[in-house]
Amino acid sequence: MSYWDVAPEHWGLIWDNLDYFLWGAAKFTDQFPYVENLGGLAASIVLAVLGILGAFWLGLGAGLMRISRNRFAKYTSIVYIEAIRGTPLLMLIFWFFFLAPILMGQTLPAFHSTLIAFIVFTSAYIGEIVRAGVNALPRGQMEAARGSGLSHVQAMRYVILPQALRNMIPSFVNQFVSLTKDTSLAYIIGVNELMRTAVQVDNRETKISFEIYITIAILYFVVCYVLTSYSRRLEKKLSRYQARDR
Amino acid sequence: MAMIEVNDLHKWYGDFHVLKGINESVEQGEVLVICGPSGSGKSTFIRCINRLEEYQKGTIMFDGRDIHAPEVNINTLRSEIGIVFQQFNLYPHLTVLKNVTLAPVKVKGMDKKAADELGLQLLHRVGIHDQAHKYPAELSGGQQQRVAIARGLAMEPKVMLFDEPTSALDPEMINEVLNVMKDLAREGKTMLCVTHEMGFAREVADRVIFMDYGEVIEQNTPSEFFKNPQHERSQQFLKEIL
Repeated sequence: MSYWDVAPEHWGLIWDNLDYFLWGAAKFTDQFPYVENLGGLAASIVLAVLGILGAFWLGLGAGLMRISRNRFAKYTSIVYIEAIRGTPLLMLIFWFFFLAPILMGQTLPAFHSTLIAFIVFTSAYIGEIVRAGVNALPRGQMEAARGSGLSHVQAMRYVILPQALRNMIPSFVNQFVSLTKDTSLAYIIGVNELMRTAVQVDNRETKISFEIYITIAILYFVVCYVLTSYSRRLEKKLSRYQARDR
Repeated sequence: MAMIEVNDLHKWYGDFHVLKGINESVEQGEVLVICGPSGSGKSTFIRCINRLEEYQKGTIMFDGRDIHAPEVNINTLRSEIGIVFQQFNLYPHLTVLKNVTLAPVKVKGMDKKAADELGLQLLHRVGIHDQAHKYPAELSGGQQQRVAIARGLAMEPKVMLFDEPTSALDPEMINEVLNVMKDLAREGKTMLCVTHEMGFAREVADRVIFMDYGEVIEQNTPSEFFKNPQHERSQQFLKEIL
């Protein structure tokens, strides 16, 4: 019996479970956040989006502290960035999951503790991106701004960061893509994201593992591809405003 | 009282002694041209005046205040001293007009409409008001440098510093920038210009100083300096650039 004899049946089962892969057992409610039991790809995307939003602000802070002349801020940030970059994400996920009961006396939902782990993890990398992006701008930009009487903070806010952040977009997207894929690690502590829905269906159906994992690979790929192509378009649009002189 | 009074100014980069005791005074309305071979410390010197470079010894008095006194607000000080750079250093993400109005709006708190009016007026003065809404990258080098001059003027500074303003320009664009600078000089702006443009120096400078190895070696009126340089090194230098 060749694969082509069973393919229609197997892919039929995939089709039957596709909604579960996409949004789990989601149900709309009339109370914030207006949906419960969100799972599958939708949960992965929510994790990634909230993760990147949180990581952007925390990472921006870490990056600015990293280049600050205040030694306390600078070394705090260096310790944070190096410590996080030197530890595996999976370990951080466990760490925050098991840390929450000790710190707060109650368990945090797996979704929340993974989200915190993602934010803490990704912002260390964002911090480095911010540092590199600011340092890569021609020195004359800061000099011109300071020379006209702007304070350091104003120069950062109106001259340096608007340019630097634009230049960082490709690196941010890179992190975002990484994070989107890394949300699959949340599976381990029971978050019902795409990877976990795949495992659940696999356990139930038993004989269609191949098709299941092909399907979720495609789903991850499509999301990441949309992100990278959007980033390419954005880069092209913004490139005309870049400082070319050193 | 002189507008700028520099006394025994020394600066070191590590072990390298860049400025070796500069004494100079610039009167209100005076146009001073600073020339000298590259590496002689002339850019470093004028950048000390608005503290873009720190110095280790000596004093600089600006309009009666020691610029290094603790009570002097560095941002206020800098807003009274305009500077134009060799590389223009326009803000590429802002329109030409915004480049000019950023400091008045953010530092002086001028309202946006008044600032736009001032900006357009300054751009008119340097001859590029019709490009006000373009981005710097859409302008030629000469036009960009003229915007930079307008930006420098926007804070109504008492002194303008020019750090080799024409050195990065193609030859055919040098004159449009020099003409703007000449107009400023004739209007009585106090100016310190690091430049090798001898025509400019002859026409509008009150005084030329020649620097080499971190020292002022010679100073004179432009006509005397060019006709009759005293020092061997200035003679050598003039021979090379003319």
